[in-house]
Amino acid sequence: MGSEGPKGNPEHRAEGKWTRRHLLGLRELDREEILLLLDAADAMTSRWEGGRESPSLRGLTVVNLFIEPSTRTRVSFELAAKRLGAHVLEIDQESSSIRKGESLKDTARNLEAMGADFLVLRHSAAGAAHFLADRVRSSVINAGDGAHEHPTQGLLDLLTIRRRLGKIEGVRVAIVGDILHSRVARSDIWGLRKLGAEVTLVGPRTLLPEVFGRFGVRLSSELDPVLPWAQVIILLRIQHERQREGMFPSLGEYVSLYGLGNARLGRCPPEVLLMHPGPVERGIEMESEVADGPSSVILDQVASGVAVRMAVFSELARLHRRDREGV
Amino acid sequence: MSGFYRLSGGRILDPSRGRDEVGDLFVAGGRIVDPASLPVETRWESIDASGRIVAPGLIDIHVHLREPGEPQKETFASGTRAAAAGGFTAVVAMPNTRPPADQPNTIGWIRERAREQGVVRVYPTGCLSEGRTGEKLAPLGSLRAAGVVALTDDGSCIQDAGLMRRVMEYAAMLDLPVLEHCEESSVSAGGVMHEGYWSAVLGLRGWPSLAEELIVSRDLLLAERTGARLHCQHLSSAGSVRLIREAKRRGVAVSAEVTPHHLALTDGDLARYDTHCKMNPPLGSEADREALLEGIIDGAIDLIASDHAPHCSFEKEVEFDRAPFGIVGLETTLAVAAETLVKPKLLDWPGLIARLSTIPARLLGLPGGTLSTGAAADLVVIDPDLRWTVNPQAFQSRGRNTPFSGWEVQGRAMLTMVEGKIVWRL
Repeated sequence: MGSEGPKGNPEHRAEGKWTRRHLLGLRELDREEILLLLDAADAMTSRWEGGRESPSLRGLTVVNLFIEPSTRTRVSFELAAKRLGAHVLEIDQESSSIRKGESLKDTARNLEAMGADFLVLRHSAAGAAHFLADRVRSSVINAGDGAHEHPTQGLLDLLTIRRRLGKIEGVRVAIVGDILHSRVARSDIWGLRKLGAEVTLVGPRTLLPEVFGRFGVRLSSELDPVLPWAQVIILLRIQHERQREGMFPSLGEYVSLYGLGNARLGRCPPEVLLMHPGPVERGIEMESEVADGPSSVILDQVASGVAVRMAVFSELARLHRRDREGV
Repeated sequence: MSGFYRLSGGRILDPSRGRDEVGDLFVAGGRIVDPASLPVETRWESIDASGRIVAPGLIDIHVHLREPGEPQKETFASGTRAAAAGGFTAVVAMPNTRPPADQPNTIGWIRERAREQGVVRVYPTGCLSEGRTGEKLAPLGSLRAAGVVALTDDGSCIQDAGLMRRVMEYAAMLDLPVLEHCEESSVSAGGVMHEGYWSAVLGLRGWPSLAEELIVSRDLLLAERTGARLHCQHLSSAGSVRLIREAKRRGVAVSAEVTPHHLALTDGDLARYDTHCKMNPPLGSEADREALLEGIIDGAIDLIASDHAPHCSFEKEVEFDRAPFGIVGLETTLAVAAETLVKPKLLDWPGLIARLSTIPARLLGLPGGTLSTGAAADLVVIDPDLRWTVNPQAFQSRGRNTPFSGWEVQGRAMLTMVEGKIVWRL
């Protein structure tokens, strides 16, 4: 897996310290950097729940540049930034000049000229966050770029697993669904593998090409044999447009092969954790009662998301202030 | 009146006659001459070529000059200056212009403008289908009468096998080669990079090699059946090389080209989403690259062409999905090919010159590709030892879109002469 060599951010971290200006993906982070962020997220949660403030973003401006629609992720970033004392601006595709044909580069540079310290970018094009990171001085946080990565989602999934199971090393995780088009799957794969989890990807061949075997994971086109093995099952959202593209014959057939209902849940270990990045399409990826049942940790994931994003902001802010103020 | 030149002490390489010797080459009246045939008092302007290679001018059979229609990207003047700077004395212009070169009057316009503004020879090609839409035959006979040297819908590929059969029959009748951009578009649809490990990592829509191989297979069958001369452009996949090698063994009249970038780069070079690595066909895997190198060495692939495709800087300065395909290549082809083939001793200089000059000339029946006495003095003087750094800002081309910016390379055209006239001197 590592032989292909992540080229990643040009910045490299010193031992035990966060030294990256941007968070673009989990593939380019090493194990220690991921653990540092997870530990920071736990610390953030403790402070917040203990009623202590963490004003690490006071005086800084966060722009949520969401060129692709999202509610959950946008609100989570907004909440995290506000809890840390930042000024937060929300820009979506409808309200941005990108709609008028302005380039992403020009939009970002204008925002920067107005004082943006952080650009949180959600974009439909893979690599959009890398593109901006190479062209702006602000810190860029990738909030999901096409089918590439969604690093904070990956981190919150890791945090959720660690909080529930006490570890990630050796944990057996199945990721089920449209792997090919999933940025969540990619971030999860890199994060889980770096922390020593065993990962099996499950999906139809059209949505799970063999090349994913080179990511250090096992592949299966059948869900049933994987169920007794998995301690964690991460179900991915199936987009209807994939059916129109001929990636699978019908939603009904997909549900019969990969949908998680009570019968399949019965074949899982009783303590299995069911996860989903949301929004869940009830009756497709999982039956409604499964989504709301005791194995589901979907709302834990949502809560972990705010903590993780606070941690990411805080670590980046420390470096950002140092660069800006020379301290 | 062109001058009288004595290129002295150079390594004269002429693959057309198997010549490789140190000596002097004489040019007079725009032609390569035997000095004994001129009066002894002839005054020669001496050009020191010692330590350098004197070779037939390079011929690039795959160039986008962007005129008519997009002079902001390239013009006959800038494109041919770039060619000269790269050591090329002739270029074959692709017809995917605006309007497309599918009518005789457009070909006439191209020839006239190129003659007025070009510093190297420009040979036009004509479209296979009207408007390059792949639906109806272009007026191929009229295009030949207007002076095209080959037929192609380059940039796209006729998907309808029935129409392609008619194209080939017609082209065979007219004795014009068909230059094919091999891309089955239902398989490549939406793809922006090679489908493989890196497309999976980067989350970019993959473009399977199969898209190229399906058309190579189809066209080999059609060429075999119709007797057309098929030339497969810019090959990118190991499978295509294998198909063409096998077809050649069977005696099919097929030839093929490869670009320097497909020989030098792979899909791994896209790891930072550099749009200067976005090209059509996409950069393949390392296994593809190795197969292309093997193909150019053993002759399965006949020649090297740049697929010079200039774009404006702002067009490439966007998210990867949204950037256009293509890079410039006229000014880097020689050095990148030398770095990739000569430096690792996969080919020697005569072998490289053959693939950049003699073979392209022969395949399309163009003048040039030789230093024979009496031939037009289209030649290049190359310093094979000169190390230089690729700097797009110094390009003669209007296009700056190159993935080789900052590359340290070796080998460069020091002087280019077209019909005895010096059109480039470093």
